[in-house]
Amino acid sequence: MALTGIEIYKLLPKTNCKECGFPTCLAFAMKVAAKAVEISLCPDLSEEAKQALEAAARPPIRLVTIGAGERKVEVGNEVVMFRHEKTFYHPPGLMFRVNDTAAPEEIAKLVEEVASYSVERVGMQLELDGFAIDNKSGDAAAFANCAELVESKTDLPLVLMSSDPACMSAALEKVATGKPLLYAANKDNSDKMVELALKYGCPLAVYASDGLSELAELTEKVSEGGVEDIVIDPGARDFAQSLTTLTQLRRLALRKSFRPLGYPIITFPGEAAASAEEEALLAGQQIAKYAGIIVLDRFSPSVAYPLLTLRLNIYIDPQKPIQMTPGVYQIGAPKETSPLCVTTNFSLTYFSVAGELESSAWASWLLVCDTEGLSVLTSWAAGKFDAEKIAKSVKEFDVAKNISHRSLVLLGKVAVLRGELEEELPDWKIMVGPLEAMDIGGYLKQHWTA
Amino acid sequence: MAAVEMPVEKWTGKVHEVRLGGEGRKSIVVGGETTLPFLHFEGSIPNRIAVAVEVQDQEPSDWATSLVSAWGDVLRDPGAWAKKAAEFGADIIVLRLRSAHPEERNTGAAEAKAAVDKVLSAVDLPVIVLGPEVAEKDNEVLVAASEVARGSRVALGNCMEKNYRTIAATAIADGHVVIAKTPIEINLAKQLNILISDIGVPVDAILMDPTTGALGYGLEYSYSMMERLHLAALQGDAMTAMPMVCTVGEEAWRQKEARVAEGVPASWGDHEQRSLLWEEFTAISLINSGADIVVLRHPKAVEVVKATIDRLMSQV
Ligand code: SF4
Repeated sequence: MALTGIEIYKLLPKTNCKECGFPTCLAFAMKVAAKAVEISLCPDLSEEAKQALEAAARPPIRLVTIGAGERKVEVGNEVVMFRHEKTFYHPPGLMFRVNDTAAPEEIAKLVEEVASYSVERVGMQLELDGFAIDNKSGDAAAFANCAELVESKTDLPLVLMSSDPACMSAALEKVATGKPLLYAANKDNSDKMVELALKYGCPLAVYASDGLSELAELTEKVSEGGVEDIVIDPGARDFAQSLTTLTQLRRLALRKSFRPLGYPIITFPGEAAASAEEEALLAGQQIAKYAGIIVLDRFSPSVAYPLLTLRLNIYIDPQKPIQMTPGVYQIGAPKETSPLCVTTNFSLTYFSVAGELESSAWASWLLVCDTEGLSVLTSWAAGKFDAEKIAKSVKEFDVAKNISHRSLVLLGKVAVLRGELEEELPDWKIMVGPLEAMDIGGYLKQHWTA
Repeated sequence: MAAVEMPVEKWTGKVHEVRLGGEGRKSIVVGGETTLPFLHFEGSIPNRIAVAVEVQDQEPSDWATSLVSAWGDVLRDPGAWAKKAAEFGADIIVLRLRSAHPEERNTGAAEAKAAVDKVLSAVDLPVIVLGPEVAEKDNEVLVAASEVARGSRVALGNCMEKNYRTIAATAIADGHVVIAKTPIEINLAKQLNILISDIGVPVDAILMDPTTGALGYGLEYSYSMMERLHLAALQGDAMTAMPMVCTVGEEAWRQKEARVAEGVPASWGDHEQRSLLWEEFTAISLINSGADIVVLRHPKAVEVVKATIDRLMSQV
């Protein structure tokens, strides 16, 4: 947490020597607190003061990187409890568990399916993030072989799951260059796990399920041992417990600046779930409520798609909804007789409309009005999508120059706009299209005659 | 080191409690929370989050085939449909008077009365009656519904900015509850609650519907709006403290992901599971952001969402 002016003042030499360009140390401290000047302007800072200031500048939840390649996952460094207060920055990594007891063909198949999974939404490709290799066998060679097999098939980050340092070491010999997350140090093995994390430069997960005090004690021990990149597992496995514990952890980090628990959290929603659906729903809760890495037990596209969609929804910056640049867009190769549709620059509206026109093979002109990225209904309610605005866009983008007709299809639930728009654009025929994007094709087929 | 001290927020406000039903039928109370969703260590969540099931007064012509086959023949009769919904575990029946929509059959007061009567006599659960969401028609059919349901303390929806007066007056006269619906916007929601209170509806007879965005279709707007409303309520603003109703089923099942089985990308996966999850994800996300009643469509979603609520309600 940022220090106040007084707290900074206490760390300064208090000689009022003016070297920093300010008349007093206090005046300087105030400016530093307001982030107007850099602390380094004071030449006489003690080592101790430097350390204290550096510690205070650290984010309340550490940013931890898992993996090494292009697809490495960065989690942590969140600054708010609720997304409307600012935004959530680092979407949780969605990883899939691979048991080292499974047959190699089975493992290869799962890895291939997960790694190649990709789904498009609002012009983005959404993908999954990695694998957690579980040392179910308890055998070092089996674990190492499994890790090597997975690594040979994918560049995605890995989590190595074993509480036996000997097994962990065997796997690390094969896959350490990928900087996997080591899961996990517990109260019995932490010294050895710290050694391995330091030796290979890997992040280390810390597990304690008997209370947050024990967990904090253990992370302090690990951090004193020299490992800074920590991920924590408080052992919360079910809906209510996960919500409570993860909320407490986020609050301790943000509201109390409690360093020993200021780390991203790893969860295992499949462990208390009786079905894929249940697991998916708990993972969904954990996306919204404070997980950093989510390890899933069951993969299927019908689960991955809603999960990735939810993650996109929750982690979109509420201050900056994805927007399209207003203007006239061509769908397919429109001719002068092709339909003209009008909608907002809310990206979701644009992509669902454009996608539907494309898939129903309607080459058309799509006029996107500036509604500050709000959807048709919300922008209309907020007075940002009205007849005047549409009329202005029609003129501004000189829509008429491309087309021989004067018909305009209004999309969304805004039939109320028709009357006003007819007044604003007297030469135009205003048509009210369907509420849902998916019905556009059918609507045009029925009503478009130009 | 010392034991970690749990941060506990001292909230001063509370979500109003609203009762539906009673007098010969089952009653249910929603709201009353003095903390954020399911943070049992910090405050009380005295009433379970309710799962309502949507029933329509005419056979839906545009429902996904998986929904239609899950319900079968009862879709033709609101009474039978409501009964089946009760068997599937509904806490509340929502009757949508869809036939009154001018673009449907434009039915009037008589048909509305008949449909409400059918549902009320078929089940002893609390009931919510929704109009077609066309202001003049809502006034017409909800006034009729209000009369028939006198004594059953139903919720009438929706009161919108344009037509709250008539519906609110009827609700006061017949002892019902109203639902105040606004497009996803915190000030609009608060303003409408104030207007409705000002004309005499007590705060224990107002529910609010801040408008539901389905997963992938504006969910994040509803999610954050509801968190803000709930936080404002806990901070003591009585005019944002109405229990929230979310029309989850209606919104989720309108989306292509739920409705369309063929001709979609392979990465969308199995249609049956995807469509159910679309409804369930929307429900659980909104329950976690402060919903008090979720209105669902698929019987399987009712089962799964209820089981999840049980788990969230259990003290850790
Ligand atoms: S340079 Fe340092 S010691 Fe000198 S006045 Fe500025 S803050 Fe104080």
